[in-house]
Amino acid sequence: MQDVLTGGLMLTGALFMLVGSLGVLRMPDLFLRMSASTKAATLGTASLLSAVAVFFSEIGVASRAAATIIFLLLTAPVAAHMLGRAGYFVGVTLADVTLIDELEGNYDLETHILDSCEPAQQFQQVADDRTSNEMTRSPNR
Amino acid sequence: MMTLDDFVVYVILPILALAVVIVFVRLVRGPSLPDRVVAIDLMNTLGIGIVATYAIATGQSAFLDVAIAMALISFLGTVAFAYYIERRV
Repeated sequence: MQDVLTGGLMLTGALFMLVGSLGVLRMPDLFLRMSASTKAATLGTASLLSAVAVFFSEIGVASRAAATIIFLLLTAPVAAHMLGRAGYFVGVTLADVTLIDELEGNYDLETHILDSCEPAQQFQQVADDRTSNEMTRSPNR
Repeated sequence: MMTLDDFVVYVILPILALAVVIVFVRLVRGPSLPDRVVAIDLMNTLGIGIVATYAIATGQSAFLDVAIAMALISFLGTVAFAYYIERRV
């Protein structure tokens, strides 16, 4: 019974990982590739680690497996977000089937700050005030 | 009747090895640097899965510590690559 559960979890995890790597190979676009790799591979790893927890059925092993799963679930979205952001700034070409790029023109390519972001506008306001102050002050010197 | 050991060695590990080969093709071909970093990140994740599978194949639960360390290093490496790519522009 335990072996059957272990084998089933392992087969599920391995197939999900295979599907994730196929997505990385076949998808037309960096962002689609990243979506395939992040979601499918994380689920596959979580399934394989659950299989380890079921196979050993000790509290120490199970807690370590659970800690690894939680760590993966926490870090995979962060890493994918940072990489996608970097790829967008590098100017990765989007797939031909892309209909709309809603971020287009909204990023300040110098400062990497989003235009619709409230704090960014406040910073911009402060910067504008500073430059206008300097301009009014400069004739006095 | 197939034992769990045979199942792990003859079914699960070949599937994962095939996945690594598929990702390696993307690592070589990948048109841009972020594509290659995605491939490396996925290879690390696959490595975690292979180590977990190997822990079951050998019956040594100590391999799980290797999986934890690999997860940590993989996250750090991806974040460092992303930071480098974004600063380089």
